[in-house]
Amino acid sequence: MDTAKKEHQLIVSVSPHIKSEETTSRIMWSVNAALLPATVMGAYFFGPRAVFILVISIIASVLSEYIFQKSLNRKVSVNDGSAFLTGLLLGMNLPPSVPFYIPIIGSFVAVVITKQLFGGLGFNVFNPALIGRAFLLISFPKLMTIWKEPTAAFIQFDAKTTATPLGILKEEGVAKLMEVFGDNISLYTQLFVGHRAGSIGETSSIALLIGAAFLLYRGYISWHIPVSFLGTAALIAWIFGTKGALFTGDPIVHLFSGGMLLGAFFMATDYVTCPSVKKGQILFGIGCGFLTMLIRLKGGYPEGVMFAILIMNCFSPIIDRGFKTKVFGAKKETKESKK
Amino acid sequence: MAQHSTNTINYKELILNGIIKENTIFKLALSLCPAIAVTSGLKNGVLMGVAVLFVQVMVNATISLMRNFIHPKVRLPIFMLVISGWVTVTDLSMAAAVPDVYKQMGLYIQLIVAFASILARAEMFASKNKIAPSMADGIGMGIGFLFALTVISFFRELIGKGSLWGFPIINAKPLLIAILPAGGFLAVGMLMALFNWIDIRFFKKGAHH
Repeated sequence: MDTAKKEHQLIVSVSPHIKSEETTSRIMWSVNAALLPATVMGAYFFGPRAVFILVISIIASVLSEYIFQKSLNRKVSVNDGSAFLTGLLLGMNLPPSVPFYIPIIGSFVAVVITKQLFGGLGFNVFNPALIGRAFLLISFPKLMTIWKEPTAAFIQFDAKTTATPLGILKEEGVAKLMEVFGDNISLYTQLFVGHRAGSIGETSSIALLIGAAFLLYRGYISWHIPVSFLGTAALIAWIFGTKGALFTGDPIVHLFSGGMLLGAFFMATDYVTCPSVKKGQILFGIGCGFLTMLIRLKGGYPEGVMFAILIMNCFSPIIDRGFKTKVFGAKKETKESKK
Repeated sequence: MAQHSTNTINYKELILNGIIKENTIFKLALSLCPAIAVTSGLKNGVLMGVAVLFVQVMVNATISLMRNFIHPKVRLPIFMLVISGWVTVTDLSMAAAVPDVYKQMGLYIQLIVAFASILARAEMFASKNKIAPSMADGIGMGIGFLFALTVISFFRELIGKGSLWGFPIINAKPLLIAILPAGGFLAVGMLMALFNWIDIRFFKKGAHH
């Protein structure tokens, strides 16, 4: 058939007829790209070891998805970038000093148990990368809480182990934190740049904000969840942040430490596991912020972002049902109309 | 539910029914609370299974003997009375024989009273059949439960503590989560899938595809 004829063919197809250029794989790879600055900063601060962990995590994640789908004769969907993203996010959430088998186990749990066993992408109840990390934290409590001091040089040093800012805050209070980092300004700068102990990808606030700005600009995430999440957390940190005194806490330390930014912009906003109605997303974010601060201030762990998001994930379907948008023109069912 | 009130009773089938076709945990998904709570160690899992096996057989036998004297209107209270009687016997004997294990799982032994599977077998089988098939049914269901608990606790203790029956096997704690409640759910779910896969693949040839 020549091309001219082909162009004038009448094609009968079912709706929708106008399709957006956005596809799942395009969004997924964009999120991967948005995580690039934070990944680079993590590699810069924690050295080749961090790159090694990230690469192993990604390879294990993609391979588990490939092998699982192949062995069940399902359509292999590793090209859509979601397994890559899960691996990358899991790697970014691990301490840089973990042994190589940790990301492999975590990726398997994340991709196979959390995602594929529930029916694959779009059907998982929980964020896969976070379940992978929760599984690892519970299974290897010691290995998962050894934090390396950032070396800020791409050379392998035997870096000292140290506590994360949140760990210090939890164990020894804000005075000790100031002692370690110098004064207020130096503390804020170091938190902002990312020169602190923590998971590979969570330390550099500025890099995460650049990635988040890209996603917001492209419209892949909306402001609702991050703003309500961070706003609630900041408010609670300000009111209850210091023991014994109200309204004197330091919200900046809480916002820029731990996995708060990574969680609020990249994990809580996961399409599959967050509510899809905007009003519901605000409630979801408030819940995440509240639970995070509850765990940080009152719980046993220094960091609570992971558990907060996972707990709120279970409420997503209920939140969605509660905030269901009204169908245009539909009348509210009253007692009289029932009669 | 097949009734074996005729003279031709296939005892082998009766016993296998409880172990494979109607396995309490892997097939009916009943009594999952103790299956998760007590299976963090092989010893606890096996002893719990044995306790349930004993109660199931004795309850089935007793109900079967009494089946012609129980008025249908009061049958459930009578069943409960018989079950709690045998559970008390088990409870007291275990407290005397294995006090250290009893300390950990005494509560769950007493909870056997509320097992759906035991009441269900009394209602659906023992109250309609003679004593021999009723006992065979109890043995099958009990062994099925014992088997499930043994397998679950075997993997959980081996993976979570690196030991079996309290004796160290591997000099490490591979996955701590296995002995925690979350790991219990994971273990039950995965073994249930495996059990069903084996059942479909090897015992029901031609039934699928």
